[in-house]
Amino acid sequence: MKAFAELYARLDATTSSNAKLAALVDYFSAAEPADAAWAVYFLSGGRPRQLVPTRLMRELAMDAANLPEWLFEESYQAVGDLAETVSLLVPTAEHSSNDGLAQWMEEKLLPLRGEPPEVLADRLPPLWRQLDRQSLMVCLKLITGAFRVGVSKLLVTRALATMTGLDAKRIAQRLVGYTDLSNRPDASAYERLVAQESADEHAQRGGQPYPFFLAHPLQLPVEQFEQTLGPPSAWQVEWKWDGIRAQLVKRDGRLWVWSRGEELISERFPELDELAPRLLDGTVIDGELVVWKHAPDATASQADLMQDAAELDSQTLNEQVEGELERFGIQPFALLQQRIGRKTLSKKILQDVPVAVLGYDLLEWEGRDWRSHPQHERRAQLEAVITACASPRLMPSPKLTANTWAELAEQREASRSLGVEGMMLKARDALYGVGRTKDMGVWWKWKIDPFSVDAVLIYAQRGHGRRASLYSDYTFAVWDGPPGAKERTLVPFAKAYSGLTDEEMRKVDAIVRKTTVEKFGPVRSVTPTLVFELGFEGIALSKRHKSGIAVRFPRMLRWRQDKPVEEADTLANLQDLLQ
Amino acid sequence: MDLVIARPEGLYCPPGDFYIDPWRPVDRAVITHAHGDHARWGMKHYLAAAPGEGILRSRIGADMPLQTLPYGERIVHHGVTLSFHPAGHVLGSAQVRLEYEGEVWVASGDYKVEPDGTCAPFEPVRCHTFITESTFGLPIYTWQPQAEIFAGINEWWRANQAQGRASVLFSYAFGKAQRILHGIDDGIGPILVHGAVEPLNRVYREAGIRIPETHYAGDFKKNDPMLREALIVAPPSAGGSTWMRRFGDYSDAFASGWMMLRGTRRRRGVDRGFVLSDHADWPGLLWAIEQTGAERVMVTHGSVAILVRYLREQGLDAQGFTTEYGDEEEADLVKEGASV
Repeated sequence: MKAFAELYARLDATTSSNAKLAALVDYFSAAEPADAAWAVYFLSGGRPRQLVPTRLMRELAMDAANLPEWLFEESYQAVGDLAETVSLLVPTAEHSSNDGLAQWMEEKLLPLRGEPPEVLADRLPPLWRQLDRQSLMVCLKLITGAFRVGVSKLLVTRALATMTGLDAKRIAQRLVGYTDLSNRPDASAYERLVAQESADEHAQRGGQPYPFFLAHPLQLPVEQFEQTLGPPSAWQVEWKWDGIRAQLVKRDGRLWVWSRGEELISERFPELDELAPRLLDGTVIDGELVVWKHAPDATASQADLMQDAAELDSQTLNEQVEGELERFGIQPFALLQQRIGRKTLSKKILQDVPVAVLGYDLLEWEGRDWRSHPQHERRAQLEAVITACASPRLMPSPKLTANTWAELAEQREASRSLGVEGMMLKARDALYGVGRTKDMGVWWKWKIDPFSVDAVLIYAQRGHGRRASLYSDYTFAVWDGPPGAKERTLVPFAKAYSGLTDEEMRKVDAIVRKTTVEKFGPVRSVTPTLVFELGFEGIALSKRHKSGIAVRFPRMLRWRQDKPVEEADTLANLQDLLQ
Repeated sequence: MDLVIARPEGLYCPPGDFYIDPWRPVDRAVITHAHGDHARWGMKHYLAAAPGEGILRSRIGADMPLQTLPYGERIVHHGVTLSFHPAGHVLGSAQVRLEYEGEVWVASGDYKVEPDGTCAPFEPVRCHTFITESTFGLPIYTWQPQAEIFAGINEWWRANQAQGRASVLFSYAFGKAQRILHGIDDGIGPILVHGAVEPLNRVYREAGIRIPETHYAGDFKKNDPMLREALIVAPPSAGGSTWMRRFGDYSDAFASGWMMLRGTRRRRGVDRGFVLSDHADWPGLLWAIEQTGAERVMVTHGSVAILVRYLREQGLDAQGFTTEYGDEEEADLVKEGASV
């Protein structure tokens, strides 16, 4: 545990990728395979379910530190991280445990799950006393499931590749699904990760997906596209769907569905099982899982749909595109959310919120890895596969064409009404890369500008992590009446905490402290003086919010120091955006 | 009778008709120590502890109207007996003991309980009412012994040296910088300082405090090989300035009590944070308060509300004093303001 805690400290202390890489290589070179197995799991985003209820952990920590609850709470508010707070408050100990990360996980921590409070109260504090402060903090983060350190999966992959001399893409391939909840990392799993390549590596794969290829944001004025990207004919252009990126893996007579987070989600979308007999073994499709407006039997025939998709190629006018997409019937993401995270799927939900897949890439065909075929070849073969599949549950994501970038920009204007996030530009000759790489070809995401309104900051709360003890999480409001209206009030409608520079955040923090009206626990209400331009991706009616409106992914675009509070936007302005 | 009350000009002693560390110009000011938020310009008469004279004159003016008094020596003014006692914060820092008609008050200014060799160690003074600071008034703040911190700084410096990188350590120029220079292992390599630090080193040396040989960093050219072995002590304001360019590839660190928290450390954006403070930690505050035997405690700048509530729960008569003292050392770091 101490070695892993030291790795954490090294990773945490630097923002340099090279320094992090060096720390990872040092750690993996020295670690026992069983410990390394768990380290890979946590560093590449694995989260076991919470082992001890947070409430209980707080209570045990208060006891151990001999502090009243309010003082523990104040401390937590200042630190902004529960594991760190507890590690700072309980009496410090000499480090006495020589057990590695694997032993800690398997023998000490995992067995805690599900134990009654009195057993936990007996077992936890003696465990804490075996660890120094640094190790204790890391251990507590593992217990609360809040372990996070600035390392990407890509960096872990690179570290393992550097250490073993293997190709990073091979490591990435083996890592897929490693952090899935059903996996228990152990020495043999780690040894498989770092083993030299074997001849039958491909055959061993079972339901394993490929690492997803990710897009880069494109932030250029459209006038510069030609110069930077060349003509549109060199690109395959599609809508950027607002669904769940997913891979369909059909092998051994079975279908596996994987999310971009490399979680196996087959069970949550049972209706996709009907694709299994319609796809040949050795087929892997990358696409977007979306909610379909009609139950499949109510939709047009597959042939019609294919025709729709083909027609779209030649259409450039917005209205026509819109009309066709209307027939595609993609529903807003909010509906899909109703299905995410549900353990049991009622018949009603399956009926009301049916899903389909818009396929956009073919990664494996006839059991062969197709990722090194160019994009346009993969697309052509994908269309053939989808036609042969002949199920309305699987459609090709339509291609968009135009002679100029300006024409595409015009089509893109329809994004919002179509419920898409903009466009995807995929180089026609691009291979299918691994993660967010550019060496094998590139995918760009050309997103539309967010909605925006000018809103007033009315509550502030202290942040977490790097923002701990700073008032950095804000609640924003708009007016419920037009300027000049008598007794109009500010109605809260969104919370946001990202988008400001550190410098701006410090200034806002100081203003919050100066203009505080009341404190409710960690939250302060302030005299309204600050106006921000707030951006968000989506807007929908909501019964759960006082304003009657819910917005998606709100963040601060700009601090409107030029704008008086009275001139901030109104609820009516927000309702206009609902369309 | 209250010997000290809060007035718009500062903490005021009514029977003695003088202020302690006032923030507006007044006729008579008693100064606890020379940090800028406690010792301000413009008073008609200053009274301070004798060991602080050099620093005060170098910061406020050589010809300032300053009267000094050795630690422990008493004077009487309008019937109030006044004396200074070491506060262990920086060179010349003092607690002010006031006695009037049998009533004893002590105003601590800023203090630290662990002795550090650069100033007279904190000395508890028995009193009826104790005015305490509360900069680090939360139980999350507990300092490691400074020997361990210095071992960490030495190790960091050596590791950078081995990689041929300069070691830039940010610390407040008065007090903290000299404490680091005093505690560091100067056998490791050359020590360079920023122009804001050197004049204070001189005052410390004149006061007989051992400060190792230091060089003015501005005298070195970019790429001078000596820089790659050196420790550079600079105020936080130098960070990110063009002054830093001369060091090429360097590792930076920040020495402050605020470095206790991972969030502050990361926000600071330096490679390392060393938890070294000139203020008392939570156990230090509680120990100091207990040592005074005071039944009444007035809490100033820092976590006022928290410390007041905690002391009341321990059965003491505690209340907050609103002041305009900050924490000059880490003024650019975020913390609870004095109004809390």
